[in-house]
Amino acid sequence: MRIRRLFVANRGEIAVRILRTAHRLGIESVLGASDPDLDSVAARLADRCVRIGPAPAARSYLNVAAIVEAACTAGADALHPGYGFLSEDPALARACEVAGIVFVGPAVATLEAVGDKLSARSHAQDAGVPVIAGGEAGSLAQAEQIAYRTGWPVLIKAVGGGGGRGLRRVEGPKALQDQLELAISEAFAAFGNPRVYLERFVTAGRHIEVQILGDGHDLMHLGLRDCSVQRRYQKLIEEAPVPQLSTALASRVVAAAVALGRRLRYRGAGTVEFLVDGAREEFYFLEVNARIQVEHAVTEMVTGLDLVAEQLAIAAGVPLQRAQGSIAIQGHAIECRINAEDVGHDYRPSPGRVTRAVFPAGSGIRVDTHIEAGAIVSSFYDSLLAKIVVHARDRAGALERMAAALARCAIEGVAVNTRLHERILTDPEFRRGGVDTGYLGRLLAAASG
Amino acid sequence: MLEHEDVQEILKLLDGTPVEEFELETGRFRILLRRTADGTWTQERETRRVEARTEPATVATPPAAAAASTGLVGALDADVPGIRSPLVGTFYRAPKPGAPPFVDVGSVVAPEAVIGIIETMKLMTSIYAGQGGRIDKILVPDGQLVEQNQLLMTVVPAAP
Repeated sequence: MRIRRLFVANRGEIAVRILRTAHRLGIESVLGASDPDLDSVAARLADRCVRIGPAPAARSYLNVAAIVEAACTAGADALHPGYGFLSEDPALARACEVAGIVFVGPAVATLEAVGDKLSARSHAQDAGVPVIAGGEAGSLAQAEQIAYRTGWPVLIKAVGGGGGRGLRRVEGPKALQDQLELAISEAFAAFGNPRVYLERFVTAGRHIEVQILGDGHDLMHLGLRDCSVQRRYQKLIEEAPVPQLSTALASRVVAAAVALGRRLRYRGAGTVEFLVDGAREEFYFLEVNARIQVEHAVTEMVTGLDLVAEQLAIAAGVPLQRAQGSIAIQGHAIECRINAEDVGHDYRPSPGRVTRAVFPAGSGIRVDTHIEAGAIVSSFYDSLLAKIVVHARDRAGALERMAAALARCAIEGVAVNTRLHERILTDPEFRRGGVDTGYLGRLLAAASG
Repeated sequence: MLEHEDVQEILKLLDGTPVEEFELETGRFRILLRRTADGTWTQERETRRVEARTEPATVATPPAAAAASTGLVGALDADVPGIRSPLVGTFYRAPKPGAPPFVDVGSVVAPEAVIGIIETMKLMTSIYAGQGGRIDKILVPDGQLVEQNQLLMTVVPAAP
């Protein structure tokens, strides 16, 4: 089939990102927007804009019935869910199927298989991919048993969670009961699923992930990304290729991702996330993100591909057009996430009206954003304002280009975290490359202590 | 729609000229490119709505926020003592739906007592009493959007 009219069921920078590709490909676009987003940049860029509900996400961007009805009314033949919100919810994919609309994402069965993190774990094991020691903690006794087997500290994770949300670190047996109860009630509140599981806490791990593309039969990868610079399990800086990683370990990680993707008969763009212990040359499966990711831009910069266009082609039933051997990783790309948060006040979210928005421009620089002067940063949605992405011949060049690009950013009206990025970019440990996920926490603790 | 590649093409042309500032305006967008002191460039964009392409029929309901916001700024008067919201967001009186509220009228609180939660951009921020005393009035119902510095509750100070 051919996609002629695409419904975009998301907001913010990713909605703008998807609209750009639709426009470039000559696909008519319809944006589904909540009340406060009816005058957003995405709403202005889209060919058409339809209201899907009021500001609270539960009644708009998370409302399957409202979204599918809007897409049907608009006469869309495909729906792109972006990331977050309903992007990995089998209910939306199923509702699209029933309505005869192509869901731009994996098959319902795949979303179910990887959305349940324990099921994803067992698929990984079946594909021969190493997982962190652990298992389901259905009761305190079960949790204790696992913890004694894995050793302390442990991490409690939500079976229905993912994306770094719903994680609790437990140092020792005394705190286990309280933390387990909290994790269960939190998991139920946040994901509607009270099941949790336990994994050994890997102290010095790097967050490394593999971008995969599959058409349901054939599968390929687009290399690795390093997303280890995180604050409270939320990614802040991403880069590709991965610095300070042996070629041997990199190929083992890629092979594991491909094996899991093949086992799942994966269709669409996806990411397999790993925790990598570079010193021991070991790695463990974390989760599969069955959607486009925030940091897909760094992969696009080093491969020259348009991942949204690839998603649309796969959704339209076109088999993969490229051979693995034709994919070359060129140069080095880095992405900094500019968030509306107040660095001086414990990263408190900073909604408001943007009065001025100056971004860098020039060769090797890409800015993905939905922010312009006059834009409203709503308290109802997440704080990502812009992704500053740079590309250069090598990592040193990319670091230099990013520092200069950040210096030219001027966003006024809301507080932003640009200063934090500048701080990290000048830090010798980050500049050496190869930091683990605990790096930023240590840097910030050292600064405040 | 102006792409990153388009901007780079324009900059390539400008780089060889003495132009310091370049503005391009169409019915759909405006872009302002400025050369900085070190020769690199900045961009400022404005995306315009093309009225003919919007769909008034489906964009029927006006934003409810407009009506609500006029009602909720009533308690911004800085002179009234009490507990104020440190930021914009949705105010919750209880730790989770169905749970008993943190405090009620008449509750005696210590300065470090949590009296509510503000949800902003998916993050929960605890609101502390900040002063010891007895909760006198609760001015904001559960689940309502509040402005920064809006008065949430008044407190009768504890006797010294």
